[in-house]
Amino acid sequence: MKLIRKQPGVEVKAPAGIGQSVDRRTFLKRSGLAVGTGAAATLLAPGRVKKAHAASADAGGDITIKRSVCTHCSVGCGVRAEVQNGVWTGQEPDFDSPFNLGAHCAKGASVREHGHGEKRLKTPMKLVGGKWKKMSWDDAINEIGDGMMKIREESGPDSVYWLGSAKHNNEQSYMFRKFAAMWGTNNVDHQARICHSTTVAGVANTWGYGAMTNSYNDMHNSKCMLFIGSNPAEAHPVSLQHIFRAKENGSKMVVIDPRYTRTAAHADHFVQIRPGTDVAIIWGMMWHIFENGWEDKEYIRQRVYGMDEVQAEVAKWTPEETERVTGVPEDVVKTAAEMMAKNSPATFVWCMGGTQHTIGNNNTRAYCAFQLALGNIGKEGGGANIFRGHDNVQGATDFCVLSHSLPGYYGLSAGSWKHWSKVWGLDFEWVKGQFSSEEVEGDKGKPVHPMHYRGIPVSRWVDGVLEESIGQKDNIRCMVYNGHAVNSQARGPEMKKAMSKLDMMVIIDPYPTHAAVLNDRTDGVWLLPATTQFETYGSVTASNRSLQWREKVIEPLFDSKPDHEIMYLFAKKFGFAEQFCKNIQVNGDEPLIEDITREFNKGMWTIGYTGQSPERLKKHMENKHTFNTTTLKAEGGPCDGEYYGMPWPCWGTAEMGHPGTPVLYDPSKPVAEGGLNFRARFGVEHEGNNILAEDSWPKGNEIQDGHPEFSADLLKSLGWWEDLTPEEQAAAEGKNWKTDLSGGIQRVAIKHGCAPFGNAKARAIVWTFPDRVPVHREPLYAPDRELVEKYPTYEDRKRFYRLPTRYASIQAEDHSKEFPIIFSSFRLVEYEGGGDESRSNPWLAELQQEMFVEINPKDANDNGVKDGNMVWIETPEGAKIKVKAMVTKRVAPGVASAPFHFGGHYQGEDLHDKYPEGTAPYVRGEAVNTAFTYGYDSVTQMQETKVSLCKISVA
Amino acid sequence: MARMKFLCDAERCIECNGCVTACKNEHEVPWGVNRRRVITLGDGEAGEKSISVACMHCTDAPCSAVCPVDCFYTTDDGVVLHDKDLCIGCGYCFYACPFGAPQYPQEEAFGVRGKMDKCTFCAGGPADDNSAAEKEKYGRNRMAEGKLPLCAEMCSTKALIAGDGDMVADIYRERILKRGGRPQTWGWETAYSS
Repeated sequence: MKLIRKQPGVEVKAPAGIGQSVDRRTFLKRSGLAVGTGAAATLLAPGRVKKAHAASADAGGDITIKRSVCTHCSVGCGVRAEVQNGVWTGQEPDFDSPFNLGAHCAKGASVREHGHGEKRLKTPMKLVGGKWKKMSWDDAINEIGDGMMKIREESGPDSVYWLGSAKHNNEQSYMFRKFAAMWGTNNVDHQARICHSTTVAGVANTWGYGAMTNSYNDMHNSKCMLFIGSNPAEAHPVSLQHIFRAKENGSKMVVIDPRYTRTAAHADHFVQIRPGTDVAIIWGMMWHIFENGWEDKEYIRQRVYGMDEVQAEVAKWTPEETERVTGVPEDVVKTAAEMMAKNSPATFVWCMGGTQHTIGNNNTRAYCAFQLALGNIGKEGGGANIFRGHDNVQGATDFCVLSHSLPGYYGLSAGSWKHWSKVWGLDFEWVKGQFSSEEVEGDKGKPVHPMHYRGIPVSRWVDGVLEESIGQKDNIRCMVYNGHAVNSQARGPEMKKAMSKLDMMVIIDPYPTHAAVLNDRTDGVWLLPATTQFETYGSVTASNRSLQWREKVIEPLFDSKPDHEIMYLFAKKFGFAEQFCKNIQVNGDEPLIEDITREFNKGMWTIGYTGQSPERLKKHMENKHTFNTTTLKAEGGPCDGEYYGMPWPCWGTAEMGHPGTPVLYDPSKPVAEGGLNFRARFGVEHEGNNILAEDSWPKGNEIQDGHPEFSADLLKSLGWWEDLTPEEQAAAEGKNWKTDLSGGIQRVAIKHGCAPFGNAKARAIVWTFPDRVPVHREPLYAPDRELVEKYPTYEDRKRFYRLPTRYASIQAEDHSKEFPIIFSSFRLVEYEGGGDESRSNPWLAELQQEMFVEINPKDANDNGVKDGNMVWIETPEGAKIKVKAMVTKRVAPGVASAPFHFGGHYQGEDLHDKYPEGTAPYVRGEAVNTAFTYGYDSVTQMQETKVSLCKISVA
Repeated sequence: MARMKFLCDAERCIECNGCVTACKNEHEVPWGVNRRRVITLGDGEAGEKSISVACMHCTDAPCSAVCPVDCFYTTDDGVVLHDKDLCIGCGYCFYACPFGAPQYPQEEAFGVRGKMDKCTFCAGGPADDNSAAEKEKYGRNRMAEGKLPLCAEMCSTKALIAGDGDMVADIYRERILKRGGRPQTWGWETAYSS
């Protein structure tokens, strides 16, 4: 191998012939620095650097170390910040953290830039006559508050939409959901809707909880690892440290993806599928598993219900049919199946490539069924290792900043509302009174009270503004974007239309975001500067369900405020501050974080967020180095026997001292020591069949068989009621394990070795979903009409999450002739999410300076596109984006794929001048989702942003 | 005496660029100057490999041999450093370097080259250890604080290893033994053969 020498500053001109492949870096060198933005930045840079130097040189004084957690992804890498005189002067590797052992990716290694914040939004602002004007916090809260109150009076509380964030910490997430409830609406949601909502729904409905079952660290124990629609080398880079540990111990690695990803480059076996054929490839693999009798029959007998129905569906997926639909030949499919079947335990990883489809819930359930067939769930080294995205998307999901549930997945029934009202110390009737009292026609055509009617999901807020017949009194008139990048949602032109129609847009964020510049408004837009998580503190939940406690690194920069303080200011304005913080001390206008943790500890019984008190969490952070880096168990020291960050469920009260659950549903350990079984969530029988576990129970379980979930009545019938203290008995009477605020029911169940949530089989079929058995259905914008005939989508729905939702009527139209190329999207390691934050960080921005699209050399040549050309990507609904072509074999012929993260351009126009002065990110580009099209999951309204159709032409 | 070396394990490098931004962070290197870069070979095709490259601190450094003002020197630890007060920015070292390490900040709009800048193995320069002058010209001096280069310390997959050559070789040898296959000590022959 010979290194190609590149001289900085001097452009090495590589020949750019038609259809020639180039690597991403060469591509970047040619595209980036030569153009205006790069040159200008080079000239700007020294000034910035000098100032930063000055800050650190003048700082002097003692260095204090602050422990925080990276804010970019769900791996939960520890950050060690050196602070001098309040200035963040250095970042050291956190070798003590069992998650990252000092390591960082490009994003994590650059988080100190948050302490510079050059491009941050610095003061509250509003748009007046098309110009940004600074304003005070008082004026901003008053003006916005008055506007919202007016809308509330005219149209009801549902016309203000509260869009929260996976960037909030747990305390802020919890308060945000509570805030929306007290405003009186379920129109509240966050990024989980558009990242893993289909996972949460599919997985929770299979075996109880919708989260990652094992951990990144536990992958050390895997003998085979399968990744589908997941590219951790770019999206979760530090996880590769754990993956490589397994690989170097002999584990096999299989990658299934439409793109030859950076992760695929390290795999033993790569399977290139057509986008949107996940169910087909999984059933195709299972066809070989059943054909060869590789399934774990005893495991299925004891712990799985409905596998026979899956097997009947799988029988249709012969090697020929699988190849016809997925494009993958038999031997490649069989090798993948065999690798997973014969190397046990095997783990299964998926991400957005699998979830963002109209049949996303089918995909995730097919993945689960695959792992159940092989008996891989509830085992170290096995599991469904669902890598979550944002640093706290797991936590924000658990606190249900979601339109269809209350914190802890309690749902929206009267019982759930009463449970939380009690925890909040409020009268249920008062909470109910905050909502509109007018019933509306619900999803099932029956009248429903807005309090019990799931709200509009973030993927559809645009339709909540534009659609005429919707399930609430009036359309959405005010959007609050609190930590959200709108470039993560599809259908750019319609989004722009919706933004124009709104009465008010309120953006609460450290950066102005794409939303601030995408709209064509001249008035009625407010920007409120929020802090990053380095300017506040609190708990954050990593993908493996472990909670970590962040310390505050620096004081809020500029005139920014932490999100929970901003919520409090609004609560004050609306007159419910007292109710909002009934159990919570408020200092100035800032609710005390520890008190918020203690409050949710009192209510989150369903998923065991009850044992992780602030004191225990802080103790774990101080003793990070005592935890084993594979098992995550503390070996000696003050946390002896506990698992790092007490991965939920951490049952009972903090005083009970449950160690957390490192691997879900693992019966090899007693429940008291982190063991578990599948949850009895779907009753005890179905169609006359017993769906409780048979001959399988966690170590030490005294019932020694399947059993239903625990309630006061069950305790009594088992003769265990007297194990409760008199106080516990008083609290537990008439309650169950989810609603007993004393925690006594959980304590006694666990004392007898039982999981509080019962012991059942997992179900491979979900009779409450549109497809009982997961089936393949073609995407709405499908390339092959014959396959559409055979695998059609769903019927249109009149009302689904309050909105008309179209399927068949869209798929009916054939666009495949005019738009012959399949369009998909992917991620880059340098940026995260909508990218407003990371594209504003010069250390990252320099590495990826331009939005591009990957095109196979064949398609490039067929369309007269040369590498480096600017091209138009046009999609069937009329949207188009102008990006640079990158010709590469990374994508198959007939498939084009473009990165997410970019924003600040719209249909060929740079929106630079629309940002408030000095806040435009260093790098801007077309948002890929401007061009993405209609299509929403049949259970969760997840958007279909991984497969559509496009045509590409030279611009 | 310890002899400092870098080694990038191509089997583990995932081109995450953590090393690159760690370096930017630690030394506040300006836009356009990259002391460390990640190079990908065979991008997007089977056999794709990435390697993180910076100054390798060669045993018999070619940059030093060609420098007309003799601004280079090798520390007792085997780290190759240079004196920016002597450097005239001529660019000879760039042509001599087998790794493309020397960088030249563009100080004016018309592309006049400034003084050469390169990886210091986080060992600063000739100015007093951890003085303001050293920090301004060469970045932080971690070696003087008993720490190793931040790029390697923060490497996401522990692909990039830095430290005493013997220890680096031991760590790498253990990996090769464990996973089998041929060692690929890319660049070592060139940098440390003599």
